[in-house]
Amino acid sequence: MKHNRMTRRELTAAGAALTASLALGGARGARAEIKSGDNPEASEIWHKVRASLFETRPITNVGDDTLLLDAPVRAEDAAVVPIAMRAKLPHTASGYVSKLYLIIDNNPSPISAIFSFTPQSGRADIETRVRVDEYTFVRAIAETSDGRLLMRTRFVKASGGCSAPPGKDPQAALASVGKIKMRVDGEVVLDKPTLVQLMISHPNDSGMVMDQLTRQFTPRWFVRTVKVAYGGQPVLLADLDFSISENPNLRFYFVPRGPGRLTAEVVDSNQTAWKSSLDVAPSA
Amino acid sequence: MLSTLPRHAGALLLCALLHVAAQAGGEPVPLAVTEVAPGVYVHAGAVEDWVPANGGDIANLGFVVGSRCVAVIDSGGTPELGLRWRAAIERTTRLPICFVFDTHAHPDHVLGNAAFVAAQTRFVGSAKFNAAMAAREPYFLRALQRDFGINATHEAMVYPTVAVNGTQEFDLGDRILVAQTWPTAHTDNDLTVYDRQTRTLFASDLLFVQHIPVVDGSLRGWLDTMPQLARIDVALVVPGHGPTRAGGPDAWKPQQEYLEALLRETRAALKSHQTLSQAVDSVGVSAASRWQLAERFHRRNVTAAFAELEWED
Repeated sequence: MKHNRMTRRELTAAGAALTASLALGGARGARAEIKSGDNPEASEIWHKVRASLFETRPITNVGDDTLLLDAPVRAEDAAVVPIAMRAKLPHTASGYVSKLYLIIDNNPSPISAIFSFTPQSGRADIETRVRVDEYTFVRAIAETSDGRLLMRTRFVKASGGCSAPPGKDPQAALASVGKIKMRVDGEVVLDKPTLVQLMISHPNDSGMVMDQLTRQFTPRWFVRTVKVAYGGQPVLLADLDFSISENPNLRFYFVPRGPGRLTAEVVDSNQTAWKSSLDVAPSA
Repeated sequence: MLSTLPRHAGALLLCALLHVAAQAGGEPVPLAVTEVAPGVYVHAGAVEDWVPANGGDIANLGFVVGSRCVAVIDSGGTPELGLRWRAAIERTTRLPICFVFDTHAHPDHVLGNAAFVAAQTRFVGSAKFNAAMAAREPYFLRALQRDFGINATHEAMVYPTVAVNGTQEFDLGDRILVAQTWPTAHTDNDLTVYDRQTRTLFASDLLFVQHIPVVDGSLRGWLDTMPQLARIDVALVVPGHGPTRAGGPDAWKPQQEYLEALLRETRAALKSHQTLSQAVDSVGVSAASRWQLAERFHRRNVTAAFAELEWED
């Protein structure tokens, strides 16, 4: 119960953060074009995001041995850039990484995702795919259950040209909105972290693309939250933004403490909700 | 369905562009053309990426001359290239240009449109072209500015006013061109142009030769479409990139082999529960090695294939 209440409060806070992120993006008229990844601290937008999310709390820069941020140096397809954030700290009831923030400095809405974990997650470890609009710093920030903030930064070059963010076949995408595919990967062992892949069919329209013929913006329409629980206990809460690629794809962990049902609830920005579940029987 | 407003705006812009060209050193230098069949001309773009070093001159462009007027197939990769392309056409024939076919909404093929705006000229594209172009336009403009140093605006973007859905005939005077749209393949707005008189098919980017094929629509759609394209009675096929070939199944074979390998190996990667990052390192490496620009586009193709095929049941 305690977890549920916390989750709700966190959700509200995160929602406010994401909204703030949009406002920042809109206000940032004359952004300096960053062409190299030399100085992550010189990123003006980062200082605004930092202030809105963390105020003056100290943030420690760490290496891949503490918080691995896996991102390609050059994005093959700027609309589908695979990103992984993997905390390497112990994950126990008494101490764990409770949140992972994904920040993409030069995207229209830099705060791209906030993932919340519980001890039942087993690991603070997430893989997803994002859109990258411009050459940018990408930041993973881990918040520990005792309130420390750890950051890993990488620079990603998005390829331009044909790789425009809109989907390749918008009409086909509309036909399957809300379809969910969830599976567990590998052998499911009692009390061991188990990998889940969750796929959601959704166009995840940014609402930032102007139709040059009508001079109107395509309505913003994206997956906003994903809640995953096992046997009723939360294992992942994802607050997402439209930086996440079309057809959001999440890979994460949970710890089965016996046979049970894995449930996923997906809500988009129109407040449309979809559910999916999977019965899991771990071996001893 | 023709609107006069864009034409006027375009005409003004054309004046501005000509002015710029004149300032930069006189008349635009005409692009090189080859008459590949009687009355059918091709400018061969470089088998390279769309970059400033080649002036964006990478797509194959064509024009076909009838007794009454001329049809242009693609306008070039920058506004300036459009002017050079127009100069090449006007050096060959004095007949007016009645149609400009935009074969799909990619910058290397259509950013020269503004150079062709004229009262007698109609722009033709797939019924899905305008939506695709409108969504990508800001990115094209940004790329022109960032990479080519060209400050183009929305007004420089000319959109087709004749929308083709299926097949449609266009009369150049004693010569009929057949424009045809296809299910989502290279893009969702591919258009081919076929000259009945010489049996020449302008396949545009539905066919790549030497230049590695680029999937920006649907891999499965492309593989389904290719056999239909290969069955058209064709003497000559002009690809979007790479040398013109004799028609027939052999012209399509290398591309088919590559796309089939991409399909097969991506499915295998998905079946063995590889992640996207793992798949881009392993899928189709050998098949891609036979193509130019593989290092630039192959991993992107795997990404596109993976995102498409992971939803197969």
